[in-house]
Formats: sequence, structure tokens, C-alpha cells
Amino acid sequence: MIVTERLSKSFGKLQAVQDLDLRVEAGEVFGFLGPNGAGKTTTVRMLSGLIGPTSGRAWVAGCEVGKQDGDLRRKVGILTESPGLYDRLSAERNLGFFADLYEVSDIAVQVEHYLRLLGLWDRRHEPVGGFSKGMRQKLAIARAMLHEPQVVFLDEPTSALDPEAARLVREFIGELKQEGRAIFLCTHNLDEADRLCDRVAVFRTRLLALDTPAALRRQLFGRSVVFHLREIAPAYLACLQALPAVRAVEAVDRRLVVSLEDPERDNPRLIRALVEAGAEIQFVGELKRTLEDVYLRLLEQSDTGKPS
Amino acid sequence: MHKVAVILRKEWSEVFKNRLVLGTVAFMPLMLTALPLVLLGVTGTEGGLGDVGTSDMPASFARLCEGLSGSECAQYFFVTEFLLLYMLMPLMIPVTIAAYSIVGEKSTRTLEPLLATPITTVELLAGKGLAAALPAIAATWLSFGVFAVGARLLGVGPGLQAKLVDPMWLTAIFLVGPLLAVASVSFAVMISSRVNEPRVAEQLSGLVVLPLMALFFGQVSGLILLNSSLVLWMALGLLVLDAGLLAFAVQLFQRESILTRWK
Repeated sequence: MIVTERLSKSFGKLQAVQDLDLRVEAGEVFGFLGPNGAGKTTTVRMLSGLIGPTSGRAWVAGCEVGKQDGDLRRKVGILTESPGLYDRLSAERNLGFFADLYEVSDIAVQVEHYLRLLGLWDRRHEPVGGFSKGMRQKLAIARAMLHEPQVVFLDEPTSALDPEAARLVREFIGELKQEGRAIFLCTHNLDEADRLCDRVAVFRTRLLALDTPAALRRQLFGRSVVFHLREIAPAYLACLQALPAVRAVEAVDRRLVVSLEDPERDNPRLIRALVEAGAEIQFVGELKRTLEDVYLRLLEQSDTGKPS
Repeated sequence: MHKVAVILRKEWSEVFKNRLVLGTVAFMPLMLTALPLVLLGVTGTEGGLGDVGTSDMPASFARLCEGLSGSECAQYFFVTEFLLLYMLMPLMIPVTIAAYSIVGEKSTRTLEPLLATPITTVELLAGKGLAAALPAIAATWLSFGVFAVGARLLGVGPGLQAKLVDPMWLTAIFLVGPLLAVASVSFAVMISSRVNEPRVAEQLSGLVVLPLMALFFGQVSGLILLNSSLVLWMALGLLVLDAGLLAFAVQLFQRESILTRWK
């Protein structure tokens, strides 16, 4: 659904996007993560036919970016960073206007469908200016879907929403995935990205990493086991470091954090070694690395010039 | 053409809910229609200006008064000044609407979702341009109609009545007016492509009235005489100017620069 080949964009001397290569499939939720000013919005604007690339090529829903932008815009839906609604017009009129521009065949039916789906039907006649942030966000999401696009770009879709509405939107994104649409999700909510995305890309002008959240965690941190001990002694660290399965050991308070290839296989040997060294083990558990850990590690590596 | 109509309808349903815009659009036609009628009412019917003769009028203007009495010629002279002021309507009204309709899209951040639809730049600008120009043209024509009927109801003599719908007036109202509106819209689009505040756009675009005001004061001071041939030349000049301004305005309204440079 989305393919880019060395896609780049510069504004004068400023390189906003550099040599981006990625592929997003139909029915995939793809997370595009990066700090502010990383070039995410520029990438989305290129891929939605709003601005042209400086070099490289990209295809979205079968249309080449920069060459078939009119057709491309018919096939993609976009939720921009700001909802961008006409405050003096009603919710229904806002959607009707955009449905007309997207050449939707049965405007009234589509507008009603999405207003009901996102819980705004009862407020359809009210001017949008009086809507809460969350309602505006939901209306903007409805607008992005009116023409049933094959590819949907969502920039911070749950940023202004209360937990209940955020959940509704996350479920909605799940439904879009089930329908076979490609979802390109830009978000700073890494927990949400972890839950929703099949794959994520961490991006800062160039691609820093791209894989499933689980694979990125494995690549960067391996798997870690935490041993809670009654007390820590240097001998405990030494006995673990002597084991070939152990990649690294770190003492934090009365805990030992041990990086392992395969905890299920190696844990019994580690426990035995610790007990034989005189350690009193209170608990053993796996340390769950978050996508936030992955993200911060990748940015740190990018800052220090280490390869990701 | 359908998308142009879609934009047009949206603009009108939104822009006219803005009281400032609505006030400007309504106030100017009312004022510019009422003033010449009041003038005609105050100066009265034939002879109302007393003993004025055509010889009292500027010689160049007196030549236009063939068939009119002295006081009718004087009345004709006064209301002809208003003909130029009528031309303010197709200049000022589109500036107000276009400034709010284009810069407003940017300040409310609605431009990006709008540009993300399959609408072309020409369709977008045509819709917004027509939404700004048509009310101005309609207001100008309507005001002129009210003025012409009002003059008749006030009992203005038949000679003067005929003069008020002569080719000069008709060319000015029905040809120069729309051409001025197009120039005004193009100018407003150009300004709006470079500023972020609707009021700044409106004020800068307001500079478009300067040539007309120069013409007005030139006529009042006797340096310029507004006649049929001058109005026709104005129309021709505006036609050429409009073509250039429109092309330049479309050129300036680049999606990419608007999205990336407008802050």
C-alpha cells in the first residue's frame, strides 16, 4: 500500500527527510515514531500528495507521489495534527462539505454512518466551535474516513481524547485494520503504539529502526530477568558473570538485572548458582522493556553516533 | 465545476456568519446608495439648485449635459462623483471576504485538510474568488438598481433619468464593476498568500482602492473627466490587468509553500 525508495525532502539547506525506505502492507497498522521536528509531518505530507519529494520515489495505493497526486488524494485519508474544522459550521455541514469534495456518492449516508460510529450524531446540528477538543478530534477522524480511503494517515489520533474516547478510537483503528486498510500512525504515545502497531519505525530525519515492537525490544535489550535478593554481595554478581548464558549483570538496590538469550532455558542454572553462592532469592521475574525504552535507546544511539 | 460550487456554498455559509464581514458587505452598498439619493433629494427636482446654468459648470463637463437644464447638469455632475464611489463596492467587498476566506483557512488550520482533498488549486481559487466577487457584483448592481428607481421616485427630470442609465453608467456598473471585483479578488489572494492575519490581509488588500481614489479626486478637481470613452478604456485596461493578476495570484498560491512556510 505504501512503498518508498530513498524518499527525501529538503527545504533549502534543511534536510527534513533523508533516504527513507519503507513498505507498509494492506491491513497493517504502522507506527511512525520520532521526536518533534523529526520530519514525520513532512513525510506524511509527501505520502498524502500535499507536497512533492526533493528526490527518491514513493507509491501510495498504487499512485506515484508527485506524479499522480490528484488520484492519490482520492485514495488516502488524513487526520492532520490539528483537527482543522470550520467552527461556524455544524458537524454535519463540515462532513458534508468534505464528502462533496471527495466525490462521495451517498453523502448523507456516509456522514450519518461516521457521526453515529464516533458518537456525534446527536450533536450533528451544533456549530463545531462549541465542541470539546475530543469531539473535534473525533469529527476530524470521521472526516478522514468519509471517502473510505485505502490508506489512512493519523497524526496523534488520541492526543486530545479522554480515556473512554481514546479507547473508542483505538478500537476504531482496529476495525480499519480488519477491513484491510493500511494505517500510518504518527504518535508520541508509545504505549499506544506498542498496543496498536504491527510494526514501528523510529525516525529522525532518517530511519533509525524498523521492525515489530517485540523484535526491536529483543534486538536492543535481549531479555532480562530480575532477581530480588534479601541482600546483595559481590560474590553473587561474580557467580552469574561466570555463566556463559549471561550477557550482562547489573546490581540495582537489592536486585540483580541479568540479560539472557533464553530465560526459560537458563533461569534454573542461574538460580542454582545464586543459591550455591549463598544468595537468598525472594522473587524472580522478567523485566519488561517498553517501546519507550526502545525509542529512547535508539535516539540516544543516534545522538552518540552508535549504529542502531 | 462541481467543486467550485461546493467551495462557493461553503464560503457563503461560513463567511456570512462572520458579523464583521456581513457588516462590511451590507454597510457599503447601503451608504453608497443612500448618499446620492439624499443628494438628489436635497438638491430637489428641476430648478432645485436655483439659478445654475450649464455655463457655470466646467466646460469639459458641460459638453456631457446636452439636453439638460443648468440645475440638472449640476445634479448630474454631483451624482457622477458617486459613480466612482460605486466602484468602491466591487473593490472593497471582495477584499473583505477573500481576506477572511483565505487567510482564515490558514489561521483556523483548515487549509491542510482542504488541500488534502482531490481539489485542484484552480478549483479552490475559483470557488473562493467567486464567493468573494459575486456578492460584491450583486451588491453593486442592486445598489445601482435601487438608485435608478429611487431617482425616478424622487421626481428627477426625464433628461437626467436618461443620463443615469446612459452607456457610460451602464458600462461602468455592468462591465467595469465585475472587472474591478476580479482585480480585487486576485490582489487579495496575492496578499493572503503572504500574510497570516485576516485583518492584515484586509488592510493591505485595501490598497487596491488607491487608483480609484486617485481617479475620484482627479475628477473632483477637474483634472480628469469621466466619460464613456474613459470608462471603456478603463474596462479594457482592467481586462488586461485581471488576466495578469489572476495568473500571478494562481502562481503565488502554491500548496507546498503555503503549507510549509505559512506559520
